Amino acid sequence: MMNLTTLPDALGHFGPYGGRYVPEVLMSPLEELEEAYAAAQKDEAFHTELKALLHHYAGRPTPLYFANRLTHELRGAQIWLKREDLLHTGAHKINNCLGQILLARRMGKKRIIAETGAGQHGVATATVCALFGMECVVYMGEEDMRRQRLNVFRMRLLGAEVKGVASGSRTLKDAISEAMRDWVTNVANTHYLLGSALGAHPYPMMVRDFQKVIGEETRAQALIQIGRLPDTVLACVGGGSNAIGMFFPFVEDEGVKLVGVEAGGRGDRLGEHAARFNGGSPGVLHGTLSYLLQDEQGQVGLTHSVSAGLDYASIGPEHAWLHDQKRCVYVSASDADALEAAERLARTEGIIPALESSHAIAEAMRRAPFEAGSVYVVNVSGRGDKDIDIYRENMPGLDR
Amino acid sequence: MIGTATRIGHLFTTKRAQNRKAFIAYLTAGDPNPERTASLVLALERGGADLIELGVPFSDPIADGPVIQRASDRALRAGMTLDRVLQTVREIRQSSGIPLLLFSYMNPLLRYGFQRLAHDAAAAGVDGVLLTDLCIEEAGEPVRQLRTQGLDTVFLAAPTSTERRLKLVAEHSSGFVYLVSRTGVTGEQAAISAAAAPLAERMRKMTDLPLAVGFGISSPAQVADTAPIADGVVVGSALVKCIETHAGKPTLEQEVENFTRAMTEPLRSAA
Repeated sequence: MMNLTTLPDALGHFGPYGGRYVPEVLMSPLEELEEAYAAAQKDEAFHTELKALLHHYAGRPTPLYFANRLTHELRGAQIWLKREDLLHTGAHKINNCLGQILLARRMGKKRIIAETGAGQHGVATATVCALFGMECVVYMGEEDMRRQRLNVFRMRLLGAEVKGVASGSRTLKDAISEAMRDWVTNVANTHYLLGSALGAHPYPMMVRDFQKVIGEETRAQALIQIGRLPDTVLACVGGGSNAIGMFFPFVEDEGVKLVGVEAGGRGDRLGEHAARFNGGSPGVLHGTLSYLLQDEQGQVGLTHSVSAGLDYASIGPEHAWLHDQKRCVYVSASDADALEAAERLARTEGIIPALESSHAIAEAMRRAPFEAGSVYVVNVSGRGDKDIDIYRENMPGLDR
Repeated sequence: MIGTATRIGHLFTTKRAQNRKAFIAYLTAGDPNPERTASLVLALERGGADLIELGVPFSDPIADGPVIQRASDRALRAGMTLDRVLQTVREIRQSSGIPLLLFSYMNPLLRYGFQRLAHDAAAAGVDGVLLTDLCIEEAGEPVRQLRTQGLDTVFLAAPTSTERRLKLVAEHSSGFVYLVSRTGVTGEQAAISAAAAPLAERMRKMTDLPLAVGFGISSPAQVADTAPIADGVVVGSALVKCIETHAGKPTLEQEVENFTRAMTEPLRSAA
């Protein structure tokens, strides 16, 4: 197999994907960010501080937990769960936020902006801004504000300003567009703390690097706790930050299957799902070239998922590359599959997962009965507290 | 084809010889509907516009403020497509030789295919292309395809651009260079940015290409203030807003013509 872990190239390309497709105003700031990031990577003090924050503040390492009862119920593959849901703020997003806030401080930026879909990245950003005393503005689609009300309040409680976005589908895509417009305008004093492995170079690389701690820990824990590497590693993929963070340290382990799970939504037609590898084609959105759900005219397609964090028309460019190289496979789980998986994990293991993570759990549950003897690791990227309203709506039998 | 004078090149040569500045008008093709675009372009020309930026609407216009976002939405809802824009260009060419620059984002053109687009656009009578989110680093193949068909490629320079980047922009641009007067999205401003003049000065050192200044220019006074520092002045959002205000009226074209005449007045009276 060719070496898949040396990318991106100097201009941010993963094969034909990635790159920088942004207005000229943002090009110099992106170059400045790239230089600051490269300098930080070489600075031992940066790593020491980040490591300490991840440990003492965020709660790393997170456990690799054997889901005993679920495994017995499924009568097939052993299911292990990587518990990113136990991190401070309740999801893997904090890994990247701590890294980027240290970088923003090094660059002398005083104002932080971010986009959020489910609100997990918004909450993590608001949290690190509180921790470092920085001004924080989070853009969130109005539809997402409605379905993730609890996280909106959490961000405000943490001192962030949440700006509702009323354009387009009023979801993650529109929140990113609005954050980019803010950045174009206020670039001199503002760092855009992008939350997924998306956008223009260096973001996909930088976010992956800050998230790869998930896979590195998992790999080491598996060798100790299981005595070998897992056969299959599963993660949900919206923009793809938890998945790339989990997958990247396993890419060169050829025996380990890597399975990304997209949002299958409620149907196969454009607008009913967010499965970019099932109907998407190469296109440019928000600064990067990747698989994109679009119409014949190159207009970005609407998407649907019960999970706000997976509800996005494009996908991180490194996933596009790993897909084309056939190193990772991408499947989808429907809204209904995800809801059912969440309830089942709650009942068997006492863990209420985020709706995003439930997609990965659903796929593990689907394939486990056929693969007895296999070892699976599923990334539980976030906890489900934020989704309680949606679970209530969809589980009327429990809400008497 | 490089070296052959394009309509855009010819326009600026003529203007320089007359010691005059060009008025560049932006409108979103298909706003308020595709049937109206050709007649609106002709109205802009009658009002004194020298070059038209024909916006090809995109669903996610990250460099645009609310006015052009709304125009893009209206155009897309009315069924505007790149094919239809080219058809409109053919209509315009039946009665006008005004330079036409396609102004859009990368994805609709990428989807159409640059080789095919270059051929079809040149055949329809388009003179050049500007893509807001296509930076020089990714522009090699698109520029090659567009230039092969004799189309100009216009790039943006910004106040944040380093000297190295300004040089790249100059090297890859033909026809003219578009100077973004300030950091920010498109839209009207109460006062023109102080960043425009220094940017024009820096760019002058890099190239002899004509320089046009845009972003935020929305009144005759601002046109007058901007003209001395460049070869051309771009007005976009203010015109689009005029179209929005009068969209439902049979007098739309007349209103746009009058508005353009008022905006171009300072360029006629002062040399």
